[in-house]
Amino acid sequence: MTAPGRGLPGEPAGERFRRLRDRLDHPNGGGLRRGVRRGGGPGPGLVDGEPLPVPPAAFASYYGRPILKAPVWRHDIPAYLFCGGLAAGTALLAAGGDLTGRVVLRRANRLVALGAVGAGVYFLINDLGRPARFHHMLRMVKPTSPLSIGTWILAGFGPAAGVAAVSELAPVLPRHGIPGLVGRLMPPVGRAAGLVSAAAAPALATYTGVLLANTAVPSWHDAYPHLPAMFAGSALVAGGGAALLTAPTGQADPARRLVVAGAVLERLAEYRVRRMGLTAEPYRRGPGGRLLAAGRLLLAAGTAGALLGRRSRTVSALSGVALLAASVLTRFGVFEAGIASARDPRYTVLPQRQRLANRGRGAGA
Amino acid sequence: MAESWTAAPANPAERAGYVAPPPRMGFFTDTSLCIGCKACEVACKEWNLIPGSGLDLLGMSYDNTGALTANSWRHVAFVEQSRTAGWQAVPPLAGAPTGAAASPTTAEAGGAASPEQGTLPGVAPAPDPAPAARMAGGGTSLGMPGADLPGRGDRGGRGDLRWLMMSDVCKHCTDAACLDVCPTGALFRTEFGTVVVQEDICNGCGYCIPACPYGVIDQRRGDGRAWKCTLCYDRLRAGRIPACAQACPTDSIQYGELDELRERARVRVERLHAEGVTEARLYGHDPGDGVGGDGAFFLLLDEPEVYGLPPDPVVTTRDLPRMWRRAGIAALAVAAATVAAFVGGSR
Repeated sequence: MTAPGRGLPGEPAGERFRRLRDRLDHPNGGGLRRGVRRGGGPGPGLVDGEPLPVPPAAFASYYGRPILKAPVWRHDIPAYLFCGGLAAGTALLAAGGDLTGRVVLRRANRLVALGAVGAGVYFLINDLGRPARFHHMLRMVKPTSPLSIGTWILAGFGPAAGVAAVSELAPVLPRHGIPGLVGRLMPPVGRAAGLVSAAAAPALATYTGVLLANTAVPSWHDAYPHLPAMFAGSALVAGGGAALLTAPTGQADPARRLVVAGAVLERLAEYRVRRMGLTAEPYRRGPGGRLLAAGRLLLAAGTAGALLGRRSRTVSALSGVALLAASVLTRFGVFEAGIASARDPRYTVLPQRQRLANRGRGAGA
Repeated sequence: MAESWTAAPANPAERAGYVAPPPRMGFFTDTSLCIGCKACEVACKEWNLIPGSGLDLLGMSYDNTGALTANSWRHVAFVEQSRTAGWQAVPPLAGAPTGAAASPTTAEAGGAASPEQGTLPGVAPAPDPAPAARMAGGGTSLGMPGADLPGRGDRGGRGDLRWLMMSDVCKHCTDAACLDVCPTGALFRTEFGTVVVQEDICNGCGYCIPACPYGVIDQRRGDGRAWKCTLCYDRLRAGRIPACAQACPTDSIQYGELDELRERARVRVERLHAEGVTEARLYGHDPGDGVGGDGAFFLLLDEPEVYGLPPDPVVTTRDLPRMWRRAGIAALAVAAATVAAFVGGSR
């Protein structure tokens, strides 16, 4: 059931006209003219971190349509955000496991890192309008384009993670001849490659925050001080969660500590995002708000399980699943919140009007 | 970084590396002259071989295009307002039936349609009809000039009506976000200071689309690439004027050297003010604004958002150095947390 006078997409124009004619016949009937938004006004909020002196005024927009074009990115992009974070988190744990002699932690996380970065690259290419032209990304290095920088981060991280994962095949190679020589060379090469991937991992975990923030999408752009930290925390949570799922309890203690650090980082950043003011609304309600709320619940449950269930393989594994799911929900929640903010002109017009008013006051003073 | 923005050469072509480029070219679209004939839309489609977008009746006055999209590089906006035009000497609705103007109600209905025009995200529907009603109800801060003209006393309850028409186009920003974020270099700055997509390079990553603060650039469905106004780069190189400006019968769309157009616009707005059209204002003419000034700027008769323009657009990359700094701090936190997680374990 749609509100009176609102057409469904694709509805015949004649149907809309008939409803319109009915409304003109009863111009004051049935509360058809809504001067006030459903659910009341947005209330006092913050713009650019400063409290609004008055609740935002009613605004006009061309037939109420959005001013911005919402991203055309499909769900490949939040899926990539998750995979990239997972790859970064597991690569860090694999390198740490390698240097501290935790063999299973190293092996499992190297394999997960390769799988995650492979899936991530697939999602990125699949989302392109012209996937066969993905290599056009390699035409230039462009610091003003986080997508360009991210491509080069992936170009460094991916092959290194691949070599590190392949080096885990050393034990199954024959001991003699050329295969034997290769088998003896693989562990040191794998260690070097694993360290290279770990060195690129912090950049891989955080640049995606800049990727989303460097747009005109109001809820993403306004969150630019916090999105990199939020995604960094989510990457650590995902990496730690994967390790809890794959590594024996005896080797998983670093993963537990990493989960706690990631959870604290993500929650602090998300807290700041939710306090931004008007453009924080899509993070608190709607599809984005619901996904983020579910993510917070799973993050709390998974972190508690990781800490309390350190002797139980089952509880650890369940916690790992919850933490991975929490990271997925965080990425999709942030993605949906941004889309919602681009589709509603009030998030474009009201903060900009406020900015103009503040500037006017500054000039008059 | 903030300094380098202001210290950079004023001509974006020079900043992009052209040595002694030709003067920066642009559009001055004077909406007070627009008659809504849509010759610009048609001429643009014909010259640039843009696919048709179907026949849709959107219910947005005479606007059945809806918005700038990958398949509509000029878009004529129509706004019906229940207020009188500032300079009309004759009562606009003399002899017409009396009664409240219907424009706010019709406008509310107009934003609902989401026509399929073969582009993404294309013409998106209004999430809430109230801002449409306010667009059609007239400005809130301005009075009703001309309300005391002769013949007005006996108009009873009849509402006034004025019609705003405006041919929108890509703004060809001095600081262009689409160009900044394009990872392939498909978007580039021409020697005329305009911004153009190279169709043989674009791989459809879609990053330019949410980066544009005006919501101009759009993706063509099936084709997958991003498309927008080129300011007729091919015609400019041949010394011709863009198709839309050539087709405009009232000189509402004026093409020329940007410096000259800015001066012409200043004179025009002064003249309109002197004639009592106090609501005339320029939009996008100021090199000091959030995008460094537009290569295609406008004379408007109401607030920008009434025409679907952002009131104070800012290029997103202005904050990019701060964003990279925040990402660097977060990356250091990730590295430190990892080291701590393992060092803590070897106690």
